[in-house]
Amino acid sequence: MCAMKPVPGDSPETGGQDSAARGSQTRDFNPPHWKDQGWKAVLTPEEIRRALSRVAHEVLERNHGGEDVVLLGIPTRGVPLAGRLAGRIAEFEGEPVAHGSLDVTMYRDDLRLRPARALQRTEIPPDGIDGKTVVLVDDVLYSGRTIRAALEALNDLGRPRSVQLAVLVDRGHRELPIRADYVGKNLPTAHREVVRVLLAETDGEDSVLLGDRIQPDNAEGADNAAGANNADDAAQETPEGNAR
Amino acid sequence: MNRHLISAGDLTREEAVLILDTAAELASVSDRPIRKLPTLRGRTVVNLFYEDSTRTRTSFEAAAKRLSADVINFSAKGSSVAKGESLKDTALTLEAMGSDAIVIRHPASGAPHRLAGWVSGSVINAGDGTHEHPTQALLDAFTMRERLRGPDERGAGLDGVQVTIVGDVLHSRVARSNVLLLTTLGAEVTLVAPPTLMPFAVGTWPVKISYDLDAELSKSDVIMMLRVQQERMTAAYFPSVREYRRRYGLDTGRMALLPEHAIVMHPGPMNRGVEIAADVADSARSTIVAQVANGVTVRMAVLYLLLGGAEENS
Repeated sequence: MCAMKPVPGDSPETGGQDSAARGSQTRDFNPPHWKDQGWKAVLTPEEIRRALSRVAHEVLERNHGGEDVVLLGIPTRGVPLAGRLAGRIAEFEGEPVAHGSLDVTMYRDDLRLRPARALQRTEIPPDGIDGKTVVLVDDVLYSGRTIRAALEALNDLGRPRSVQLAVLVDRGHRELPIRADYVGKNLPTAHREVVRVLLAETDGEDSVLLGDRIQPDNAEGADNAAGANNADDAAQETPEGNAR
Repeated sequence: MNRHLISAGDLTREEAVLILDTAAELASVSDRPIRKLPTLRGRTVVNLFYEDSTRTRTSFEAAAKRLSADVINFSAKGSSVAKGESLKDTALTLEAMGSDAIVIRHPASGAPHRLAGWVSGSVINAGDGTHEHPTQALLDAFTMRERLRGPDERGAGLDGVQVTIVGDVLHSRVARSNVLLLTTLGAEVTLVAPPTLMPFAVGTWPVKISYDLDAELSKSDVIMMLRVQQERMTAAYFPSVREYRRRYGLDTGRMALLPEHAIVMHPGPMNRGVEIAADVADSARSTIVAQVANGVTVRMAVLYLLLGGAEENS
């Protein structure tokens, strides 16, 4: 039943380069060899650590402490990030903060553009989200479509007092009126560029990488003709249409 | 290429596990304040039922509605079928009304397969004659994994699980689909039935065969009782109900011979007092009610995976 083949939900890609589904070819990627494959590190592990510590402080400052805050990570890489932020907040405040995960697959607006995707975990803390301040956590903010889906998913789960958004990288190119409340790093990018966040929990190391989408003429092993690629990109481009 | 679910044998292990994992995630939807997902908004699912059914039809209907699909229920009684309309004409009529998927139950084995050749949407077999009932097998496998391995299990099959299926195997589409799916998932299946209710050529199936229920009980992790399908029996397959019950019925005495962790399953509807005693059906080991609840989530998973994404081009 080929129609049931899922797009793998845990490929280490972020920012609109799902080659399998969209036909656009990206650079070979097999960590830990990214350095030799044309990727450039834009955040080091230390910078990621400091950025998360700062975001944790900002969350506490803005909400006057961690009480009533629920951190919800969006799979795949938002989940470990939410866990790390929760760890930092517990460290700073001496009080644990609720955290979990929120899968938005069933609420995406691009479901019909690609084969059905495997679902990921949704784990809402036992106290729920009613009346709480929910902080959505994701790795990269791009079109804003994932966050729109997350807001709709939250709506079906309860009624938070407020919803905030924390991202490790904001790469611009929003397609919806959505902005982040907490940003680890603002990273101006071009559409053709690809941002990948690597985290120790999912990829064995911490790093944020920037690369170019390979041009069709030097794409090795590209299955699709160059023309088809471009047509696909024009018709289906949803910058955050990455596998989650 | 395959956008239908006709036979449990069409599923690879990977696909079957994906359905179970998807169902495990969807199970939480029934615990939420809003038991609905927007995923299949604007899609139409037709329930085309040529045979009586309560749980399967309502289960598919609930599953489709929880995914926000529109549902059209069609039952042969009181329709143009009574005026002699053929399956093909009925299906084409329904498709012309814009159905994206047809869930079909039909007394003739192979009807869903024929239907799949006529319509452009997905076809889901909800039971065809004595052939197959794949979603029942999926919900049974899901229930087994949940009860024996825990509700948080993901990615796993049923490797090494000993499943004993007892009763009217000859007429049972549930048994056929379960044998195919459970062996794909790595379980070991034993069929127990009177010789008259064993299917022809059962020796070619990937199962063990036994005629002695008591000898199998202590080895079973799962015991699945099948309904004695008197409506399909055209001859006398056993001397009397009392005789059948004494040799192949599951009562409290037999249940006591099962291992501590073993579960008792029945696809329903039950003949209480024939293949299963009432106090066994109502015991804590019985998963019969859980099977019904799991039926909705498993069918949601199937509908999502068949209809939720892009249509395959090839």
